[in-house]
Amino acid sequence: MKTGAKTLIEALQREGVDTIFGYPGGVVLPIYDELYDSSIRHILVRHEQAAAHAADGYARASGRVGVCLATSGPGACNLVTGIATAYMDSIPVVALTGQVPTGLLGNDAFQESDITGITMPVTKHNYLVKDAADLDRVVQEAFYIARTGRPGPVLVDIPKDVSTGVVQEGRPVPETVSLRGYQPTYQGHVRQIDRALDLIAGAERPLVYAGGGVVLSEASAELLEFVETAAVPVTTTLMGLGAVPGDHPLNLGMLGMHGTQSANYAVTECDLLIAVGVRFDDRVTGKIETFAPNAAVIHIDIDPAEIGKNKAVDVPIVGDVKAVLQALLRRMQKRGDTANWVARTNAWKAQYPLRYRDDDRLRPQYVVEQLSDLLKGEGIIVSEVGQNQMWTALYYCFKKPRTWITSGGLGTMGYGFPAAIGAHYARPDVPVVDVAGDGSIQMNIQELGTVAQYDIPVKIVILNNMYLGMVRQWQELFYDRRYSYTELPSVDFVKIANAYGVEGLRVDEKAGVREALETALATDGPFVLDFRVEREENVFPMVPAGAAINEMIGVRQR
Amino acid sequence: MKSHTLSVLVENRAGVLSRVAGMFSRRGFNIESLAVGPCEEPNMSRVTIVVNGDDGVVEQVMKQTNKLIDVIKVSDLTKRESVERELALIKVAAESGPARAEILQIADIFRAQVVDVGSKTLVLQVTGDTEKIDALEKLLRPYGIKELVRTGKIALLRGAKTVKSSK
Repeated sequence: MKTGAKTLIEALQREGVDTIFGYPGGVVLPIYDELYDSSIRHILVRHEQAAAHAADGYARASGRVGVCLATSGPGACNLVTGIATAYMDSIPVVALTGQVPTGLLGNDAFQESDITGITMPVTKHNYLVKDAADLDRVVQEAFYIARTGRPGPVLVDIPKDVSTGVVQEGRPVPETVSLRGYQPTYQGHVRQIDRALDLIAGAERPLVYAGGGVVLSEASAELLEFVETAAVPVTTTLMGLGAVPGDHPLNLGMLGMHGTQSANYAVTECDLLIAVGVRFDDRVTGKIETFAPNAAVIHIDIDPAEIGKNKAVDVPIVGDVKAVLQALLRRMQKRGDTANWVARTNAWKAQYPLRYRDDDRLRPQYVVEQLSDLLKGEGIIVSEVGQNQMWTALYYCFKKPRTWITSGGLGTMGYGFPAAIGAHYARPDVPVVDVAGDGSIQMNIQELGTVAQYDIPVKIVILNNMYLGMVRQWQELFYDRRYSYTELPSVDFVKIANAYGVEGLRVDEKAGVREALETALATDGPFVLDFRVEREENVFPMVPAGAAINEMIGVRQR
Repeated sequence: MKSHTLSVLVENRAGVLSRVAGMFSRRGFNIESLAVGPCEEPNMSRVTIVVNGDDGVVEQVMKQTNKLIDVIKVSDLTKRESVERELALIKVAAESGPARAEILQIADIFRAQVVDVGSKTLVLQVTGDTEKIDALEKLLRPYGIKELVRTGKIALLRGAKTVKSSK
């Protein structure tokens, strides 16, 4: 006989879990007791939200399922933002929560919260385990659901008496999971693939619009082969950055609200839009009626519900992006003549490059450019949310998938730092840098305690403008410069870092940027860089809310 | 905009109904009626949902419902030959002799049964499609409906076909 807690740990080990991010509490004591001498490494965070983000960052950096653990009630509730973040970006995470004993369920017991009810809208699926004998099956299903099909977070809620309950040893564990209500489609329909190929062969101005689905499906090589074989320019979403090398001649960069001019013009003028692992999010499309108005649309996605949700589609292909791209490549016989079109998009790229005022002031774009130049695409870049995120997306040259980790769908400030911790444990071999704003970093700054305790070599680059910069930008542009509650007083981030035992450096001059970044990257442990940047710098290009994406402001007009 | 009747086979597990209903409400889909109960398979339940919307909305409803892990199959019965029934219990005021007689006559025409007789009220039970029950309700309203309860629509495909067997 063994306990439910031991059964749980063994089930996690069968799933190949090597790291758990968590925070202990009353009803998870039996689980923590089992963890004490288990081979699974547990990273103690300073707030449960960070555990969920770290598990998410681990998953994004590695492609494996990230795992977090929290106690019942407040612990579980604190995971919710992290779970919702993972859900919006389709990230495989298994969240384990303790629960009050089954006999007290529904009784408003101490630290009870209905976490399966609370997380129903933000999980792919969730479980309340009422019998220790179910733990093996539930854990197996949870990991299977999290990582297959369109990935997503799964929560498993475990009452204390289930952890302490007894399970017979040596019970066989099923080899495969079979759920009659869950049968994802991986192979694209051949007839639709051939219809797509007909459109591709006949298109004069085709454009690939690629997103996070390419990264999730590990389909970067196939995508690159496809755009090169078919000679089609490509633009990626925020989530798709790195799926195609940023400096590839066919890559037009990011599209959408803060997209490049060449990408947004290409969308507006293309006659065939090949949407790959994307969901036509409003931050991408702007005014949906004018998004790719002249184009036939091919949409490849593993989730049938995304096809036709926001934009009518001519050729729907439900399937795994990698498998569908392979089929397209296999069956492609003829490509369209795209030479003129490629030349045109290249001319836009040359004519409308990203630009900012490169004077002697310390501007945030310059910091990101220098970071890009130093890491040469070899590190993992994590961001917070807001201006810091957009400057990084625009000015850092991503060369490989899974080297860019950001909260796209939910837009969670405070995500980056804990996600960077998770990314480090997934890829301890590469430098991990969190690009932050002074607002975002203060949302989970307590994690300095975690990086100090475990000597986690995450570097934090704060683009400090003493504002909630993106909101301030909107106030400047659309609210008559009425900066309502967006100004933040100066904070001595170096002192805060030092108080936790972490090194830090403040940089006020442009001339000091490169050296400071080099110092941080050369340091073995964690490092905080506080860059005092131009306070009212804006992110451009920008498409105002509700406008068509070719109607950008802050750019040289056509 | 039109009503669609969806037949949804689900795992018979705790929380399934709240998963389905919660998804409808958070995505802004309107449920006109919902009926749930056991079906021919011991571990499954059948939920019959009537939703209002254009074809695009109903397609989204079906796809999003299908995504729920505990949902086994979703079918739109509206486009196919099906039998649809609803049951209502109507407590209607029937104090005076003439009123009572008229109500009984109406009940007879609608093949409604009297399932409870009180000194001041009658309870009628009626089955049929939605329109029939609406019509009876309308006719009884002038007499004073004290209470009314409807089950929500349930439906099955006509003939040998079943929701499970058909694509």
